[in-house]
Amino acid sequence: MILAATTNENLANTANVLVYSSMAIYTLAFFAHIVEWVLGSRSKVGRTAAALTGAGTAAKAKATVEVRTAEKENGGGTAVLERPKVITRSAAGRRDVPDGPGAAGGTFKGDLYGRIAVSMTALGFLLEAAGVISRAMAVQRAPWGNMYEFSTTFSTVAVGTYLAFLLTKKNVRWIGLPLVTTVLLNLGIATTVLYTDSDQLVPALHSYWLWIHVSTAIFCGAVFYLGAVGTLFYLLRDVYESKVARGATVGRAWASIMERLPAAATLDKFSYRVNAAVFPLWTFTIIAGAIWAGDAWGRYWGWDPKEVWSFITWVAYACYLHARATAGWKGRKAATLALVAFGCWLFNYYGVNIFVTGKHSYAGV
Amino acid sequence: MSKTDITTAAAGTDPETDPQTDPENTSEAREAQELGAAGSQLSTAPREESVIGGPTLGPLGWIRWFWRQLTSMRVALILLFLLSLAAIPGSLIPQNSVDELKVQTFQEKHETVTPIYDKLQLFDVYSSVWFSAIYLLLFISLIGCIVPRTWQFVGQLRGRPPGAPKRLDRLPAYTTWRTTAEPEEVREAALSLLKRRRFRAHTVGDAVAAEKGYLREAGNLLFHIALIVMLVAFATGQLFKSEGGKLILEGDGFSNTLTQYDDFKSGSMYDTDDLEPFSFTLDKFIGTFERNGPQVGTAREFEAHVSYTTDGGATERKSVIEVNEPLEVNGSKVYLIGHGYAPVLTVRDGKGKVVFKGATPLLPIDNNITSTGAIKVMDGYRDKNGKKQQLGFNAFFVPTFAGKGNGNMFSQFPELDYPVLALTAYQGSLGVDSGLPQNVYQLDTSKMKQFKDADGNKLAQRLLPGETMKLPGGAGSVTFEKDIKEWATFQVSQQPGNGLALTGAIGAVLGLVGSLFIQRRRIWVRTVRGADGVTVLEMAGLGRSESAKLPEELGDLALTLNAEAPTAPAATPVPAPEEAQETTPATPTGEPVEGAEK
Ligand code: HEM
Repeated sequence: MILAATTNENLANTANVLVYSSMAIYTLAFFAHIVEWVLGSRSKVGRTAAALTGAGTAAKAKATVEVRTAEKENGGGTAVLERPKVITRSAAGRRDVPDGPGAAGGTFKGDLYGRIAVSMTALGFLLEAAGVISRAMAVQRAPWGNMYEFSTTFSTVAVGTYLAFLLTKKNVRWIGLPLVTTVLLNLGIATTVLYTDSDQLVPALHSYWLWIHVSTAIFCGAVFYLGAVGTLFYLLRDVYESKVARGATVGRAWASIMERLPAAATLDKFSYRVNAAVFPLWTFTIIAGAIWAGDAWGRYWGWDPKEVWSFITWVAYACYLHARATAGWKGRKAATLALVAFGCWLFNYYGVNIFVTGKHSYAGV
Repeated sequence: MSKTDITTAAAGTDPETDPQTDPENTSEAREAQELGAAGSQLSTAPREESVIGGPTLGPLGWIRWFWRQLTSMRVALILLFLLSLAAIPGSLIPQNSVDELKVQTFQEKHETVTPIYDKLQLFDVYSSVWFSAIYLLLFISLIGCIVPRTWQFVGQLRGRPPGAPKRLDRLPAYTTWRTTAEPEEVREAALSLLKRRRFRAHTVGDAVAAEKGYLREAGNLLFHIALIVMLVAFATGQLFKSEGGKLILEGDGFSNTLTQYDDFKSGSMYDTDDLEPFSFTLDKFIGTFERNGPQVGTAREFEAHVSYTTDGGATERKSVIEVNEPLEVNGSKVYLIGHGYAPVLTVRDGKGKVVFKGATPLLPIDNNITSTGAIKVMDGYRDKNGKKQQLGFNAFFVPTFAGKGNGNMFSQFPELDYPVLALTAYQGSLGVDSGLPQNVYQLDTSKMKQFKDADGNKLAQRLLPGETMKLPGGAGSVTFEKDIKEWATFQVSQQPGNGLALTGAIGAVLGLVGSLFIQRRRIWVRTVRGADGVTVLEMAGLGRSESAKLPEELGDLALTLNAEAPTAPAATPVPAPEEAQETTPATPTGEPVEGAEK
């Protein structure tokens, strides 16, 4: 019995060391990203963008895309024959501005540092994930009993999702710097303010619903977070684009950064997709929580502060989705709603856990 | 129905207007006109009306205007937003429905704002007039929106995809080639191809029209209907629910009738005859607590071992009720809510006759189960003069005593490591005959006299299990028996509509998945004989929202069709579609080309 306790303590220590190591590696990733952005600012795009600002480059061109070439169709015809090409047009009311080339601005060195940053992020992710898993083994339960554990899992999932996007060849490396920065911040708070020693759960948490409800909640939060980063960048880039279209002057450094981001339309689409894809899961999370509350507390819904704020978050995201479907509310207004919705999620996580007491208050925050 | 239905899918940018200064919709509306019926009814979303002022139509017109406003998407949006705002105060101000005690403490602390809060129903936000008004309006709006949309959708399912618009090259995804095949042949091939891909397709004039993804609309309607189902389920739950609390000592039983409850609440439509006939006995209660570490004393495991019988008790079954695992008996659920200790006392009169023997539950006042309560000996006791008297004891109990001389009598740990009971004794009238309801945990000492010891000091004594306290002057004795019992409190609740709520919830999630992951889109394939006698094939796709999948799907279809309608040798260059620049295949897939050099 005592022996078991010490091995567990050792494992818990290992978990802490792993989390600290991941922080060190993320810090390296952070610096590599900074170098990537700096080198990119000296690239052609970085410099010409700065020079061009205020020139009124309202893009009138239509982006045309060849979506698919018929690779399988070999020998079907002679070289003279043309294969069908698909031409796309974007929706009315959209500026047709192309995506920026990314932080590295197309420079070889910048790109190299960007790749180093991504590799570091991947390494940090593996370490952090190992930390979360060894914590789970140390306490022999789901590693989601207190805010320290939520926070570490939360950032692991956020980074994991980002890496998964990269693996599926999505153009998301621009998230790298803000993501790594906030992950470091999050882990910093987790390991200092929120740290709780490994321990067992109070009886109310003894349930397989813990696995279902809490894991989906953390996953939703992490992905909503990526959506929120996209939304924020969309707003910045959209303001920039409309300034450029109007012919207003934009600061050089700012223009250089903005010009390397994806187009506002792309960012908007990214965050919409992410938010819309997670919304059903968030709905499920709340329902699962209600079922659990029914078993644990004898009522499905009791307007406990945590429940209230999940509900508010849910309604806010529903608001955002509605806004997207309503003509006058697309674009920046809808984006603002998405940010408000994520703000509600954040408040539900930090605010309610720390400042408001309710049935969801457990040992050691 | 309306032409602006497809606003989100309209294609093409007007080069003259800046998108930011362009008044909403105008270029989209123009596009919509060009598309005509082809783009209509891709969704059943209501048309946005830009009417700001009211009509000049008289009362009926006003009602209609009001109804239109209420059921518009914009008002739905505003109501949703209001709902989320209105939910906030209830999470910051204590609520009667959650914790009445907390509300009382708050009210005592904040005397100035309390009357204002009371007026605004801020202690009952979720049943307040204003909160109810918002969600009722929202649900009226929802019904007003759902019903016409459902009819419209049924109409769309009965009808067929609209014919091709005049200018296919105006659509968001477009492709064309000249083919050696005959126009009719190609149309036939396209029709069967689209049908194979599960499109609803038919030929209209010189083009094949096809549509797919109706599940999106169905999912969306299902989601909104499921919301209504859930609301109805909650409402029935509130009206018909019942909820009773009962404290049970180890070894004691309970049968589910109204008189047995310590407290009982029910919805306004509830009938007490609906109580499920069952009974159970608490055989044993086990509570374990953390012994080490920073969270010492925190509960780890609670188990109530019970035997229960249903319907008159033919067979007895055993079960364990835990915090997350209520006992379910025919729609009633028995939850484990709390637990505590009940010391067993034996009270003897001056002659040594036992006048009281039993366990008395005491109420915990802290997490280490320091408990207080009262033991009342109602009858059977006579004082040394043979006069009928009642006895009362104030009890203070700790399961783990800190040790003598430690000054504080509070418990150090929730388990029975070093139990100590402190008693003060009274005699006189307990006041139970006055007809007023009495708190069983408190002693009304207004008609009682406290026993005094030989020195004239008030009698109070700490007892260890097995010890006896003598009442002075041969008044008898009290023994704190070694066997200390535990008790548990249970909540028995019955809430119809749970099944319905769950059905609604599942429907909502499924509907959402359909609504958000399925894209509704149309494909048209037009073939005409060109001036030089060679067939020109045009294909275009239109989705309800812009999506990268649509051009991909069109490309895939085009490729398949290309096998059956091979590209004709380019005698003359392929006519490029007007305005749209031709792509050079040199660029990587999916990357926009134009303007990159900016
Ligand atoms: C109870 C509150 C409501 C909630 C939580 C809610 C939520 C949602 C959600 C999550 C979507 C999916 C968004 C999408 O498909 O992109 C949606 C779509 C939609 N909602 Fe609601 N809704 C509510 C009330 C209403 C009301 C009152 C109306 C009518 C006025 C309405 C009309 C619509 C329409 C037309 C769509 C489809 C939009 C589209 O086709 O993209 N909803 N709603």
